[in-house]
Amino acid sequence: MARELTFRIFRFNPDQPDVKPRLQDYRLTEEPGMTLFVVLNKLREEQDPSLRFDFVCRAAICGSCGMLVNGRPTLACKTLTKDLPAVTTLMPLPVFKLLGDLSVDTGVWFREMSLRTEAWIHTDQVFDPNAEEERMDNAVALQIYEAERCIECGCCIGGCATANIKPEFIGAAGVNRVARFMLDPRDKRSDAEYFEVVGTEEGVFGCVGLMACDDNCPVGIPLRDQLAYVRRKMAAAGWKLRRRAPAARA
Amino acid sequence: MRDHEVLVTDVLVIGAGLAGERAAIEAALAGLNVTILSLVPPRRSHSSAAQGGMQASLGNTAMGKGDSPDIHFVDTVKGSDWGCDQDVARLFVETAPVAVREMAHWGVPWTRVTLEKRVYDGKVIEEDPAKVGLIAARNFGGTAKWRTCYTADGTGHTLLYTMDSVVLKLGVTVHDRVEAIRLIHDGEQCFGAVVRCLRTGALRAYVARTTVIASGGYGRLYGASTNAVINEGSGMALALDTGVVPLGNMEAVQFHPTGIVPSWILITEGARGDGGYLLDKNLHRFMPDYEPVKKELASRDVVSRRIMQHIRAGYGVDSPYGPHVWLDIRHLGERHIRTNLREIAAICQNFNGIDPVHDLIPVRPTQHYSMGGVRTNIHGQAYGMYNLFALGEAACWDLHGFNRLGGNSLAETVVAGKIVGAAIARQTKETSPDVRWPLVYEHLAEESARIERLRARAVRPGGENVYALRHEMEQILSENVGIFRTEGPLVEACDKLRELHRRAQDIRLRGEGRGADPELGAALRLPGMIRLALCIAKGALERKESRGSHYREDYPKRDDVNWLKRTLAYWPAGADEPELRYEPVKITELPPGDRGYGESSSFAATAGRQDAGANPS
Repeated sequence: MARELTFRIFRFNPDQPDVKPRLQDYRLTEEPGMTLFVVLNKLREEQDPSLRFDFVCRAAICGSCGMLVNGRPTLACKTLTKDLPAVTTLMPLPVFKLLGDLSVDTGVWFREMSLRTEAWIHTDQVFDPNAEEERMDNAVALQIYEAERCIECGCCIGGCATANIKPEFIGAAGVNRVARFMLDPRDKRSDAEYFEVVGTEEGVFGCVGLMACDDNCPVGIPLRDQLAYVRRKMAAAGWKLRRRAPAARA
Repeated sequence: MRDHEVLVTDVLVIGAGLAGERAAIEAALAGLNVTILSLVPPRRSHSSAAQGGMQASLGNTAMGKGDSPDIHFVDTVKGSDWGCDQDVARLFVETAPVAVREMAHWGVPWTRVTLEKRVYDGKVIEEDPAKVGLIAARNFGGTAKWRTCYTADGTGHTLLYTMDSVVLKLGVTVHDRVEAIRLIHDGEQCFGAVVRCLRTGALRAYVARTTVIASGGYGRLYGASTNAVINEGSGMALALDTGVVPLGNMEAVQFHPTGIVPSWILITEGARGDGGYLLDKNLHRFMPDYEPVKKELASRDVVSRRIMQHIRAGYGVDSPYGPHVWLDIRHLGERHIRTNLREIAAICQNFNGIDPVHDLIPVRPTQHYSMGGVRTNIHGQAYGMYNLFALGEAACWDLHGFNRLGGNSLAETVVAGKIVGAAIARQTKETSPDVRWPLVYEHLAEESARIERLRARAVRPGGENVYALRHEMEQILSENVGIFRTEGPLVEACDKLRELHRRAQDIRLRGEGRGADPELGAALRLPGMIRLALCIAKGALERKESRGSHYREDYPKRDDVNWLKRTLAYWPAGADEPELRYEPVKITELPPGDRGYGESSSFAATAGRQDAGANPS
């Protein structure tokens, strides 16, 4: 017998501020292999055309559909209903600006973070179209890729206690982004330059070590290791800067 | 109308995937003011989902030794079944190696050559120690050499993230969550676009010296597609709706051999390229029976047809979602799967609850790519309208003809971005800013009125349901304009789509359509989507031959005498169906011949019969 499922969905449209945020119940019959992607589209097409949510790839690749499923940040597209109870609550990710119902503005948040951390290769080298590519050890390439796998879904941010209290905190995604460039021999920034960017309370030292990010990352990036790596490097860089600073003044 | 925001820029790029961003970078580097529009945050564009790789003849890998642009050219032309423009293919293959290296310079962590021992299809591969650390390549279908450069399992992702990092670095303006709904033009020249904000629903005009369509493909016109939900061909519809810009070869639709059943998410060609097999219900590896030379790695059109042919012969595995075949990668080993094919393992786990290290993967050919699109010249300039460009999947450049090789689409985005981007920069500098305010406000007013008409009739009973109409369109294309095509069903598809197009004039919203309402967005988009569907169906009906992905069971042979030409679909203002014209294909180097695989190859057919019983697997 197919189950009857209830979805308790957060509703709010910033265009209509007089209508208070609320939870609205929707019911539908479970189908085999059903995901929240299927559920939400079905609800919009058959029950409530105004329901707002975001999907793009529906294959856990693009990071569009982060939301709280029964309180836990995850990707809706890869959440199978067979793993859910009869009543499921869907809420938008916190921290990010709410655009309506389950849709939040992760894109703008991540762009600002990328600008703050200057998340691009810093080099004075000019590309020579006639030259062979610079060599790189494949192990290094794989290490960079491991950090680059972040899909900017925001699950680590939405589930982070610090990010929820401190809006300026770059969070695990931001620290991981910095780690990606630190690992890259093509990026010529020194530790002191990175310290300028992330050696602060809004950067890597803001983390209080609760590690929900590591549990919640839907693509399994080892965020705990990345945080430790950047923190260690930045602590050393900070120590050196502090020792050099009085000497410079003297 | 004066309350609408109007923004002015030098170059307006519609679409922030790889093609759009690469072109924007080129224009920005030339000192121009560039604005990129995107339905979604740029890094969520569908380019990010390309797992496989990017073809460029670097020749670093042992199995790619001796590769050159010449060999890449031949593979591409054969792959296209001689449907491509050969001057474009030549330009492309010569530029691809530089484009790959440039992406390395900007930060892509390409997988590199190592001395790690590897067994492939029973053979040990020994890499050249002198090449260690250079960009590696994997095998893909329809290629004579291993040529597809990749980053583990996430090539599109790393390319797009790197490309977008350059966009950030250069400070190029990006407006995300907006949708272009109309080009501003006077029938001869393009001046920008009318755009709907998907945050607020407000209309704006972007006025530009040059406008660039880089909005990707139309996969979602088909019900079952590997594509992201945003791939609705909206940029192609914008061009078609000018009445003067044609779409090229819309009937050339690629079906990827391995969409996973039943979510139709793509399982990359890298799975077969790295040595995966296709098995039938008896667990027999059937591809060598049909294609003794290329086996699982014939071109996509051929492998897809062979699978369907085998299923029709009764060898498919039955399932509630229809018959399928198996993809087997178990013999590649856990280490390889968890590194180079990790994305596949994740998809199998997430959506089917299986582990490809131990389990077989259910797959069936699924709509994947549109070779057709806005017809442009070699510089990316759209036919029929000044100051309008197109590139990437949205365009018909025409690099792919009637079948695109795996690894050639990522390559096209980056290579065309570089080449067309430079042409855009040149053209923009030659064009003086010319803001035709009456024209801008006229277009804004018309779009505004279209929205108001939908809102005024909203919620009232009767009329057509946008989602129901859409599903009808998806079904017509999937059932009648699929892998195997014949006259009867194609005629029926055209009739039904014309009827659907008429009914779409009477869409009635069930919600109120306020602000950025998603149902309103769907209603604005659907008529254009149906027009694209009609271009596909009518193009397929008229083309009385088989070429590449376009396979007519009633005309099973390629016909170079009558059909060595490209379809151009125009939609004159007020017409109820497209008008088809044709132009010759540019043959500059390689005259039409045998592909060396597929039904048209006499070699494959005879060798297939001889080898069928002797295959040891």
